[in-house]
Amino acid sequence: MSEQDNITSLVDYGTTWLPGSYSTLSDIVDVQFNAILWLSVFGTIGITLVTLYFCLKYKRTEKNQVAEKQIDHNLTVEVIWTVIPLIIVMVIFYWGFRDYLRLMVAPEDAMEIRVTGEKWRWYFEYPGTDKRPSDDLVVPVGQAVKLVMSSKDVLHSFFIPNFRVKRDVQPNRYSHLWFEATKIGTFQIFCTEYCGAQHSNMQAKLIVMSRNDFEEWKETGEDTETPLPILGKRLYKSKACNACHSIDGSRVIGPTWKNAYGTMRELESGDSVLIDDNYLRESIVYPANKIAKGYPNVMNSYAGLLSDREINALIEYIKTLKE
Amino acid sequence: MSSGTNYINATKGIKSWIFTVDHKRIGIMYLAFVLLAFFLGGMFAILLRLELLTPSALYLTAKQYNQAFTLHGAIMVFLFIVPSIPASLGNFFLPIQLGAIDVAFPKLNLASLWIYVIGAVFCFYSIIGGSVDTGWTFYTPYSSSTDTSVIPMIMGVFILGFSSILTGINFIVTVHKMRAPGLSWFKMPLFIWTLYSTAIIQVLATPVLAITVLLLMLERTIGIGIFDPALGGDPVLFQHFFWFYSHPAVYIMILPAMGVISEVVATFCKKKLFGYELMAYSSMAIAFISFLVWGHHLYVSGQSPYATMLFSLLTFLVGIPSGIKVFNWIATMYTGSIDLKSPFLYFLSFIFLFTIGGFTGVVLGSLSLDIHLHDTYFVVAHFHYVMMGGTVMAFLAGLHYWWPKMFGKMYSEVAARIAFIFVFVGFNMVFFIQFIMGSKGMPRRYYNYLPEFQPYHVVSTIGSWILAVGFFIILGYFIHSLMKGKQAPPNPWGSSAMEWKIASPPTTFNFDENLPYIDHGPYDYPKGNS
Repeated sequence: MSEQDNITSLVDYGTTWLPGSYSTLSDIVDVQFNAILWLSVFGTIGITLVTLYFCLKYKRTEKNQVAEKQIDHNLTVEVIWTVIPLIIVMVIFYWGFRDYLRLMVAPEDAMEIRVTGEKWRWYFEYPGTDKRPSDDLVVPVGQAVKLVMSSKDVLHSFFIPNFRVKRDVQPNRYSHLWFEATKIGTFQIFCTEYCGAQHSNMQAKLIVMSRNDFEEWKETGEDTETPLPILGKRLYKSKACNACHSIDGSRVIGPTWKNAYGTMRELESGDSVLIDDNYLRESIVYPANKIAKGYPNVMNSYAGLLSDREINALIEYIKTLKE
Repeated sequence: MSSGTNYINATKGIKSWIFTVDHKRIGIMYLAFVLLAFFLGGMFAILLRLELLTPSALYLTAKQYNQAFTLHGAIMVFLFIVPSIPASLGNFFLPIQLGAIDVAFPKLNLASLWIYVIGAVFCFYSIIGGSVDTGWTFYTPYSSSTDTSVIPMIMGVFILGFSSILTGINFIVTVHKMRAPGLSWFKMPLFIWTLYSTAIIQVLATPVLAITVLLLMLERTIGIGIFDPALGGDPVLFQHFFWFYSHPAVYIMILPAMGVISEVVATFCKKKLFGYELMAYSSMAIAFISFLVWGHHLYVSGQSPYATMLFSLLTFLVGIPSGIKVFNWIATMYTGSIDLKSPFLYFLSFIFLFTIGGFTGVVLGSLSLDIHLHDTYFVVAHFHYVMMGGTVMAFLAGLHYWWPKMFGKMYSEVAARIAFIFVFVGFNMVFFIQFIMGSKGMPRRYYNYLPEFQPYHVVSTIGSWILAVGFFIILGYFIHSLMKGKQAPPNPWGSSAMEWKIASPPTTFNFDENLPYIDHGPYDYPKGNS
């Protein structure tokens, strides 16, 4: 969790009801939310008070054994309590639709970023740059950003609570979402469409930078400095290997990495194979080739998502997990 | 009453129940089964809330947690809340309120019960044999690809659908053909009107669900690509099909509850129901419009913005008749003689909770707000306020109201009031905090969650224990009532409704001599001299 500590808390900032509002459109959503909230609070209190008042006033007593009057209907009050709510909800309808269109239609000059969701991670690609797919969504502040999103397997949904935006991510079509951040910082991204065992761990970080920092970040190439095992340890989390592989010997979705290197592994096919550098590399790039016995064939290929150095780093990290 | 024979002691032996065609016995058996399902679904809820006490693993694995919330949802929706009021209280009281000796097709009624049981067996098989983990909505392509037992569960749902359709057909024909002499449409109690509206939805909407799950079954078994993109299908099509049933189904769940509430408020206020005719029409209006709002479950799924706009507009319109009903119930209390017995306490809690459910429905109906709130705990809290705060409270109101008639025994009013307090406080603790959690950004169906949300979850989980205590007290005094309860008089509440004019419990043919001639309205109470 230490890497996530710097994410802006949803609970600590903002109002009692809403998380902090840090995009150009999140404020207009909040205005409407608060308006309906207070309407609801007064409406509920009003209805409750009238009900309780009637309970006290017309409670059955010795003297009040039968109803004082029998009233079938009263056209005036019925028209009032039909028409007034109707007007109110029509106003809310129009208000919601107007803001919805603003949330849906991205400005012409928005910067496009490709978002891919798969069980159980997100990654982000920047067209027009040499940048490798990023595990964090990095965007400049004060710039409209349009996400072009798709899924590699089941349905996912992309949700940034601080920006009040959400959109389903589907395997057979591209969906879009746009925002313009107003504050530099790190924010929470959730998957909100149920997608299986590790659904609740399918999270990512949104990092909003100043324009200069962003330009610099875009130019930074591959990490060639960090020692391989340390880089591997970082990738284990950031590439969501930890969603399926434990490092403490426990069984999650796939086989544990603890004490794995150098041992023999039984395969579904009945063969067995020595876990060496070649087997590990093959399992990362072509995971379906050799399935460990008793485990489901569910891993997606990381071909193209990891550089050679990153694959080496993961292998070196796995080697350190031998006791 | 102790001397006479009644529908319970008229014939003896287990066979006389299994093969009975008496609508009352069938209603009682349905009651037992739906309460059993409620107990089972509730147990899963308690397990879920316990796991959510801490932000990471407590005692379930992620997969077990996902299976538990799927089973909680599927059991509560398909085995409990859809059949709850119509099949139990409806079966028992619809013919009596119509002045009939039974429903139109008694054998079909029995078939409907046992088809329900067969469907339930499939669902239970799914629990034991590799529990399904798709969520009760079975969204594709996850449901086309998961290795858990999807097929037994949707097979169960398919079979349960027939039970629902048969009950619906039976009620429609009974209302049309079996009304007692003199009982014109606008002399029928509102409970009948709401059951009739419900039956229409059941008959028209349920086949769509049946076909949908059948298609899903074909996709999983022989790989016909309909919903799974890997096979050339479209997952959003599944969502459209699914909600085309499941949104009207929400009204299958709430309309009968509105009927019960109408009966209870009239009896315990000794008042004519305010705006009776409009209430009858609005039930039919809700049934009709409910078919046109399914798209409000798909605001973020990628349907066209124009469709989305229309669904939002229609969603707001369907809210209006429900709002009018709330005003009418409260207006009925005006100048009444209000008896604050336990059924009426449940009426009051229904009004309060359903109002909150309704207002938060307005929040969710707004397009821009739903974008933020969709698939968060705000939605979870909203539908629990409507379904549990609405339907379950009304079911409890109806159960306490009609208990003396169904079993001929009274229950302890003191115990009932104590249980009511537990249920009311517990319910609000569990679910009110979930509104705040949700609008703060907490997604639903999360096994692990950000540690900062823990305080909210702790309140919610403690509430679930208080709620459970309330339900166990209810179970306790109802069992006590059956064993040792005081004999109930025919009309303990002083109601003017038809069912209170016959014996408690009723005889097998309800009306001993001739069928009644009904020449007055349903809520025929006197007024004072003042």
